[in-house]
Amino acid sequence: MSASTATASEHVSFLEYKGKYKGILGWILSTDHKRVGLLYLYTMLVFFSLAATLGLLMKLQLIAPGYTIMGPQTYNAMFTVHGIIMIFVIVVPGLPAVFGNFFLPLMIGAKDVAFPKLNLASWWIYIIGILVVLSSQFVGGWPDTGWTFYAPYSFRTPANVLPALFGAFILGFSSILTGINFVVTIHRMRAPGMTWFKMPLFPWTLYATAWIQVLATPVIGITLLLTVMERVWGIGIFDPNLGGDPILYQHLFWIYSHPAVYIMILPGLGVISEIIPVFSRKRIYGYKAIVLSSLAIAFVGYFVWGHHMFTSGMSGRALFAFSFLTFLVAIPSAIKVFNWVATMYKGSLNLQTPFYWAVSFIFVFMVGGFSGLTLGSLAANVHIHDTHFVVAHFHFIVFGGTGFSFMAALHYWFSKMFGRMYDRGWANTGWVVFFAGFLTLYLPMFGLGMQGMPRRYYDYLPEFHAGNIISSLGAILMIAGAAIVIVNLVRSARHGEKTSEKNPWGGKTLEWETDTPPTFENWEDIPSVEERPYEYK
Amino acid sequence: MEKNTEHTTHVHRDDEGDKLGMWLFIFTELLLFGMLFLIYAVYRFRNPVAFQLGGEELDVFIGTFNTVILLISSATVAMSITAIQRGNKKQALMLLGVTLFIAVVFLVNKYFEWGAKIEYGFYPGSEALMELGHGTILFFGLYYVMSGIHAIHILIGIGLFIYVVRQIQTEKIHSTDYIWLENTGLYWHLVDLIWIFLFPLFYLIH
Repeated sequence: MSASTATASEHVSFLEYKGKYKGILGWILSTDHKRVGLLYLYTMLVFFSLAATLGLLMKLQLIAPGYTIMGPQTYNAMFTVHGIIMIFVIVVPGLPAVFGNFFLPLMIGAKDVAFPKLNLASWWIYIIGILVVLSSQFVGGWPDTGWTFYAPYSFRTPANVLPALFGAFILGFSSILTGINFVVTIHRMRAPGMTWFKMPLFPWTLYATAWIQVLATPVIGITLLLTVMERVWGIGIFDPNLGGDPILYQHLFWIYSHPAVYIMILPGLGVISEIIPVFSRKRIYGYKAIVLSSLAIAFVGYFVWGHHMFTSGMSGRALFAFSFLTFLVAIPSAIKVFNWVATMYKGSLNLQTPFYWAVSFIFVFMVGGFSGLTLGSLAANVHIHDTHFVVAHFHFIVFGGTGFSFMAALHYWFSKMFGRMYDRGWANTGWVVFFAGFLTLYLPMFGLGMQGMPRRYYDYLPEFHAGNIISSLGAILMIAGAAIVIVNLVRSARHGEKTSEKNPWGGKTLEWETDTPPTFENWEDIPSVEERPYEYK
Repeated sequence: MEKNTEHTTHVHRDDEGDKLGMWLFIFTELLLFGMLFLIYAVYRFRNPVAFQLGGEELDVFIGTFNTVILLISSATVAMSITAIQRGNKKQALMLLGVTLFIAVVFLVNKYFEWGAKIEYGFYPGSEALMELGHGTILFFGLYYVMSGIHAIHILIGIGLFIYVVRQIQTEKIHSTDYIWLENTGLYWHLVDLIWIFLFPLFYLIH
């Protein structure tokens, strides 16, 4: 940035800072990690609204058997695009891209991430990826394969799958570059005195996540690329007509996509580990156990991909191994839950919106986790594979996990990000409605799945009607809750009560020592760290 | 006063960090190609005869030639780093010129190699190929995909070398700040390393 356009950075918040470019360019060309984080936030808000609307439309279709508001092809396109956007655009980048970008440097006492330009480039790549994915709407119609792009259907279907495949490939680059950036940032830019075990827990989970992003995403990259080539040139690798093996596609796909589930959930676990001690005013119980369990989840998560394929055809021995390893992942996850509960025990609880989101997170995370164990056992899996039970489990973990922790993080750090406080009354109302809607929407799906209602059909037998009515009403309730939450936050960001209070919740981590909102380069002097985080006396 | 009004962006320079980033990127490349090698292993195991016959169709001379020159180019890029460390700009540029030249020659060879096969009608989805067995289709499918993706990496390497040469010419890269050259060198060694595995798997194993 040239000297002539720069203003004195002292006490000018990053929101008002005037750099080289003005207006919107000052945002979309800014390498400030905080602005990049907000760019991701706004992008996600737009596409979450789109994909959530698609989800609502699907639930409205399912409110009664037969044709209600859409036919089978539209329904297939909708669950595909809903899945692609929610997975590749929202929950995979999710917390790291928004809160990781914004708060990682603040929490470790750095002025920015290690590669600020690369960071901005990641956002641009992300935008390009999204545009490519959505371009299929205008050329050839939406894909209808499901977000998993299973072979051989993904290169046989007449629908235009190419943009979605290629767009997801591009989005992978964005994810890899963010991962590289975070690993280097955490290795090289921690404040003086912040040893590894004095680092707060959210950066720890970002670290574990970043490694998965680096080491798993290339696998999906090459798999999607091969599928593109299969469709365009017929190279034969996944095409059984040419000697290829479609099961191999599933293996490669899940070698990434299972670890990707931990990309989605680990940063959420980190956020919850930040919020619980602050609102319990107690030191986190078992700091090291939480750190190590995060790393353990990231590591074991690599070796469980086969549990997505229990009915696809694998040797019995492989089935046992994958099932056993799947159960192993439950241990580090449960360690965290015990730690959170033990932290709250005899704490001085401060009941605020972020805390409500956090405790409801623990609940949905446990329901999702236990149903995951059900799915991980071989005998039960054969019965409930590809039913609504899977849909319910998946949404409890991924939407419940990532979504609730995202909302918790957004409320927790809201005043730091925008220099304004959200309206607490509406925030709490939104949470109640959302939580009630969430449970009404997804709990009946467990029952429907046990009864045998398959997923990904626009129609169902009359005996599934009751459960679907409840579920669809739940969807309406949940969307209403989401609308209250989002409208409240957007309103508060613009017109909310102004605050420059550095530390509204009494947090002990470094981000609370900066100005609210933080100045352009976060610190006048890089802070030094002496004690572990969360040391409430 | 003096500190803050002139320029507010601090200059962050961390060569160790930059190198760490490059190594992480190399891990991603290894995984990307690792999956292709895995696919190769699976299909070779299932179609041993077809893969052997397919390998005999490839031109060992061009393959060997490309291997040798690529190894030389890895050496020249490493030498150019030493040259720049010693402040010998001219020598560094000369060595990078050799590397760049070799990279182009590699692609020209690839062009003739592929061209000959395509002339015979051996390319993915071609009628001539479809008449042959599944194993042969897979062998040539993998051959084109793997050497093609490798060739794309050579192309990216050429772009990087041109950039680095420009940077040296304009003194942006010099004896105390040469991380771009070093990372480009790392990248080039990776491209070389992958070829070292591709070459025997396709051309030599019978």
